[in-house]
Amino acid sequence: MAAEELTLQSHIQHHLTNAKMCNTEAGIAFNKACSEAGFWTWHIDTLAWSIGLGIIFLMIFRSAAKKATVGVPGKLQCFIEMIVEFVAGNVRDTFHGKSKLIAPLALTIFVWVFLMNLMDLIPVDFLPAFAGWVGATFFGMNSHDVYMKIVPTTDINMTAALAIGVFMLMIGYNIRIKGVVGFIKELTLHPFSSSNLFVQILLIPFNLLLEVIALVAKPFSLALRLFGNLYAGELIFILIGAIGLFQLPLHFIWAVFHILVIVLQAFVFMMLTIVYLSMASSESH
Amino acid sequence: MTLFGELIAFIVFVLFCMKFVWPPLNNAIEARQQKISDGLAAGERAEKDLQLAQAKIADELKEAKAQAAEIIAQAKKRAEDSVEEGKKRGEQERENIIAAGQAEVQAERNRLREELRKQVAMLAIAGAEKIIEREIDKNAHSDIVEKLVAEL
Repeated sequence: MAAEELTLQSHIQHHLTNAKMCNTEAGIAFNKACSEAGFWTWHIDTLAWSIGLGIIFLMIFRSAAKKATVGVPGKLQCFIEMIVEFVAGNVRDTFHGKSKLIAPLALTIFVWVFLMNLMDLIPVDFLPAFAGWVGATFFGMNSHDVYMKIVPTTDINMTAALAIGVFMLMIGYNIRIKGVVGFIKELTLHPFSSSNLFVQILLIPFNLLLEVIALVAKPFSLALRLFGNLYAGELIFILIGAIGLFQLPLHFIWAVFHILVIVLQAFVFMMLTIVYLSMASSESH
Repeated sequence: MTLFGELIAFIVFVLFCMKFVWPPLNNAIEARQQKISDGLAAGERAEKDLQLAQAKIADELKEAKAQAAEIIAQAKKRAEDSVEEGKKRGEQERENIIAAGQAEVQAERNRLREELRKQVAMLAIAGAEKIIEREIDKNAHSDIVEKLVAEL
């Protein structure tokens, strides 16, 4: 085991640190060597888990889709169809335009985020300890230097990537539906407008400031809401895991509560995506 | 960098979902919904048809019963008629037979009377012959005798 003393703080720190990979002058480096790399670091655990979960999601759904029959559906197809119908219903209720993208987008977000959140329910020490054991046994590393954060949505990069994707779509829809000029008009001539041309020009900076803040706040709120919920949840799991024998009832209660949270957060992310895109593609302001 | 990696993964996943996952599932669901609604409509229609058929059956049954009753009544009436007719004809026959019998009897009686009369005349003539044999020429008085015979 590690030579250094394992304090509660270092334990938590360890759990909340991503496995990193970066390019340094000496070549590809890992973990602590990457502390200088800043933004240009790959969080390989986040990437691996999220992409792995995404591929699992797509494989399951693709296999159901390939075998989809109009007749009596199998159990898997039934289950998948329930999810699809749920998402489709939400999209229909909220998004009043025609788009082939929105529904699959919502489905992807919902299921993918849900699966990533679901990793939160795996007991906090299992996979990091296993990774540490693998690192120590096969690569001769200090097991405390092996980092493994298994819930991708507790990484701000993950949630921010999702939010940026949605943000780009929002801008895309704005421009597609209203045109570049229409979009700019919407950013500059609302909410304060005047019939006096001079006053109108004076108002443009204020309008622009307000509208841009309102626009940019959307992806921020998306990213930070998901990240904050899951990060806090994970942190509490770790704290509960650190208190010894009495963790069992506490852990159970928190896990049951968290089942609600992970579904809710996935749903909220999906719903807000639909709502934002619906707002972006509606003509009236 | 993680951010870009995740962003690319996100885009790829969404595109994959849009191309290969959503359309077949959604099509299957919509096709099934169509099928179910068609089935329900067909069921409703069949039920309506059934009700119509049952109403028709009831009507036809009633009609058939009425017809049967009519036929039975007619048959009864005809039977009564024919019995009546038979009776009438029998009576007629009897009367005819009786009349014929009576006529025959009358004719026989007439014939017998004629015969009797002839014989009585013969007897009378024979008697008269015997009485008158001596006095009268048979040939001379035959016309008188014949007149007598005709009067009997």
